[in-house]
Amino acid sequence: MPLNRDFIGRSYPASAPYEVGREKIREFATAIGDANPAYVDADAARALGHPDVIAPPTFLTVLTFRFFDESSIVDPGLGLEYSRVVHGEQRFVHHRPVRAGDRLAVTSRVADIRDAGRNELLTTQSEVTTVDSERVATVYNTLVSRGTAASAAQQEA
Amino acid sequence: MAAAVRYADVEVGTEVPAVDFAVQRVNLVRYCGASGDFNTIHWNERFATSVGLPNVIAHGMYTMAEAARVVTDWVGDPGAVVEYGVRFSSPVVVPDDGVGATLTVSGRVEEKLADNRVVVGLTATSGDAKVFSGARAVVQLA
Repeated sequence: MPLNRDFIGRSYPASAPYEVGREKIREFATAIGDANPAYVDADAARALGHPDVIAPPTFLTVLTFRFFDESSIVDPGLGLEYSRVVHGEQRFVHHRPVRAGDRLAVTSRVADIRDAGRNELLTTQSEVTTVDSERVATVYNTLVSRGTAASAAQQEA
Repeated sequence: MAAAVRYADVEVGTEVPAVDFAVQRVNLVRYCGASGDFNTIHWNERFATSVGLPNVIAHGMYTMAEAARVVTDWVGDPGAVVEYGVRFSSPVVVPDDGVGATLTVSGRVEEKLADNRVVVGLTATSGDAKVFSGARAVVQLA
């Protein structure tokens, strides 16, 4: 069953801000085994020109799961079956590093749905700003919906 | 920001030192907790094999985070990574055999951009599998 292309362009703002905690950054850095002092030592971060400890380059993935239940991909109208999904692409554009104390707002938009052979590719674009509207990052995420392209359904019919 | 690498000192072709990362189940469990991604394929072998996977697989985002370290360790300041993207091609399979998997990541400067920025292309392999079909970071150098 192909994904519902009427969803292209729909936006999903997160209901609440995400506050970036210094211990959450430490937990994430520990989990990825990264001992860079800029993640845990404010003085080390300041020596690099940052006002406080900063988060690793892929940290914003945490927001994806924090607001998972409010995203397009769990909207039943889209027709995405989670068991068919694999992660295709991920890209972060950092307008500035994420740092402890940031209060982040995120709005995700279904940027594109298209066929790729028998599969479909669903791309979301998330704008991450502070609650004061300072741009922090743009995050692109592409999920592969295996075997749901219209052409795949025709072959099976 | 304060990158430890100067733009003037790198050329297209400059190698970023390769790193081997050991990946064991405990790493995936920790990453589940830290990231919030508790997808069962990342911690339950019975479930992973029931959906056709060879075994438990690492989160794509975990492998992406490990690969980033090759760049951030090179440049010193993680805040110098202004853009980072990967295309996932093969999962890293992590058996519960006391050894786990090894993820090998290397990098190379592919392009010099304006404003002291460079493009670093990354290659990641685990066994015979090519983990990314494309991976690049744009890095702000000094």
